[in-house]
Amino acid sequence: MADLEAFKEEVRGVIAEFLPPELRVGNRDDLPKEPLGRWINALADRGWITPDWPTEYGGGGLDRQHTAALRAEFKAVRAPIVSSFGVSMLGPTLLEYGTEEQKKEHLIPISKHTIRWCQGFSEPGSGSDLASLQCRAERDGDDYVITGQKIWTTGADRADWIFCLVRTDFDAPKHEGISFILFPMHQDGVEVAPLTLIDGSAHFSQVFFDGARAGADQVVGPLNGGWTVAKRLLQHERTTDGSSDGGIGGAAKETIADFVKREVGMDDGVLADHAIRERLAAHEIDKRALGLTMRRAAEEARAGQRGRDIGSLGKFRWANMVKEEQDLAIDAAGTQGLGWDGPGFEANQLERTKKWLITRADSIWGGTNEIQLNVIAKRVLGIPE
Amino acid sequence: MAVILSEEQLLLRESAQTFLADQSPVSRMRELRDAVDDTGYTPAIWKQMADLGWLGILLAEEHGGSDMGLGELGVVLHECGRVLAPEPLLSTLLLGANAIRLGDNEALQKDMLPSVAEGERIVAFALEESGRFDPYGVATRAEPADGGHTLTGTKTHVLDAHVADHIVVVARTAGEAGARDGLALFLVDANARGVSITRTRRVDGRNAAQVELDGVEVGADRMLGGSDLLDQVIDQATVGLAAEMVGTAEEAFERTLTYLKDREQFGSKIGSFQALRHRAAEMFSELEFARSVVRDALSAVDEGRDDASVCVSAAKAQASKAARLVGAEAIQMHGGIGMTDEEEIGLFFKRLKAAELSLGDATYHRRRFASLQGY
Repeated sequence: MADLEAFKEEVRGVIAEFLPPELRVGNRDDLPKEPLGRWINALADRGWITPDWPTEYGGGGLDRQHTAALRAEFKAVRAPIVSSFGVSMLGPTLLEYGTEEQKKEHLIPISKHTIRWCQGFSEPGSGSDLASLQCRAERDGDDYVITGQKIWTTGADRADWIFCLVRTDFDAPKHEGISFILFPMHQDGVEVAPLTLIDGSAHFSQVFFDGARAGADQVVGPLNGGWTVAKRLLQHERTTDGSSDGGIGGAAKETIADFVKREVGMDDGVLADHAIRERLAAHEIDKRALGLTMRRAAEEARAGQRGRDIGSLGKFRWANMVKEEQDLAIDAAGTQGLGWDGPGFEANQLERTKKWLITRADSIWGGTNEIQLNVIAKRVLGIPE
Repeated sequence: MAVILSEEQLLLRESAQTFLADQSPVSRMRELRDAVDDTGYTPAIWKQMADLGWLGILLAEEHGGSDMGLGELGVVLHECGRVLAPEPLLSTLLLGANAIRLGDNEALQKDMLPSVAEGERIVAFALEESGRFDPYGVATRAEPADGGHTLTGTKTHVLDAHVADHIVVVARTAGEAGARDGLALFLVDANARGVSITRTRRVDGRNAAQVELDGVEVGADRMLGGSDLLDQVIDQATVGLAAEMVGTAEEAFERTLTYLKDREQFGSKIGSFQALRHRAAEMFSELEFARSVVRDALSAVDEGRDDASVCVSAAKAQASKAARLVGAEAIQMHGGIGMTDEEEIGLFFKRLKAAELSLGDATYHRRRFASLQGY
């Protein structure tokens, strides 16, 4: 493997060539399309969308040290990175449970960012109690035929494929009759209906299956063994959440401290509202503590010092932290934080208001706070139920 | 930027655990509390702590120390916090002797520090004058006098002053109480004329005293430094105390967890009730946060990072928050038995509260954090 310093130089060279200043703002919805496309292609060509995957599956083949160096270089210039269900969730799961054919078929399009995935887990009757899901897959020749409904499917309207939990054994106990299956979204028998949320956005959808088909070779892991695969995949999800600070809506353009300072005003060098000031300090200390805790957990695991998985703790605290940031923003802005759109409100006020609304979801999706606390009590603290 | 323990620190922790398990059960602290003897700690254990090298952890080799850092001392304090050891570690190592170590009076360093490392000297630190922590709210005067100063004022909550042979006194050479400028630190012989020390009894069994200074003469060669030194000493003591209280909170939490797993009501272990499970998980999460920010602050100070004071205030704020939650829940979850003096959990509750209020509580440190961050 290339010498680390030489590698960092190479990364900086690619950044200099393909990352114009207007892209150096982190992940945002409103990035200019053309330069973004060139940047993503540059990453894909080098396997840097999935730097730590093996090269035969389109990855960069980098070891931990080089991967960390790459991410640090990207972070330093606030480079937009490709974060998708394929990269962060399905990919690692296929690497662990997929057949060779499945890996070859699916990993390369993920690492080249040519196929987009969505996740079909939750159902209207199966939220926190996910294992009670009813969407069914019945064998028909070389296929499975899918019938049922999914909800909270992020990006279903734009996705090419779905990874889905379906019931394949109707008599087994609820955890033991579930399979993890992959199939294309663009086919008869698949219907997508966007869901408008309390912030007015429509990133989520309901998806209806009525005779959709999946190849029998697209079951990941053992038939009826999908629950184990899904739990592993959700661990990837929780690991991802705890380490980012974006939330569903991504990071705000302005730091919370700057926003609060402007809304509340300064009085002789301190925030004019002392209660808000203390809340802001408490929030920033929490944010620091979360970052340090995730780092400490990773370093302790690497040094073999602990076996405790604190992914649930990270998700729980991250959700609270993200929500408190937006609560603070709204409280600081007062009634100016109540704008929906149009005149009378500043752009950054409107941005905070929408974030305040959408971040209510952060303690619900990916396992509610209550579920995370259950997991901590049972798995980490070992308190018998 | 270490947030985990090094190999050496893990070994140190193991040896501290072995020693304290053998020599210092929590019952020792209770016996000392009930005995109300002249010292309030165990001199023989203090001597053993010296033999283990703990008392010289921060000191230079030329002063009989091992020239390690707060990272190492933090490990020891954490373990001492778990067993509620009453020895004068905080007062001497992080306050009194640390003011000598961090000051610029080389003659006093040479004179005082080797005997600190050997466990033959206890040095207290007299700063506070009221119940609410206010490091610049010093009214004690240092009036210029022949060849030095005379000190006059009253100090409260001076940890271990009743057993100290020397006391570092923070006094004002100029300005009014509340001003950062005009403060100076003097090393005063505890037996000097005009010094009177009255031992106080506190809920936590930690040893403290009131110190009256009535025209105490102190020579110019006994001056250690000014406000910069004061800030530095307080930062180091604060993060050290935070490390100790995380140890205390950790033990209180683990005992409570054991109780949840053992105690039965309504035919079930009470730990099976979700109302308690979720609260236990929240305690764990606050404790994990506290461990992380404290480790970070210890290394920030050791590495002399620019943001060390920010890290220290974050650490004490979070440790205080965790201590308050864990202490309150430890009593509540133990139920009636937790209210009895016989059950040890109450000793932890009281020690945690004392640590929370010492050297600035969570609110104090959130405000300081805010000021340091420019709001």
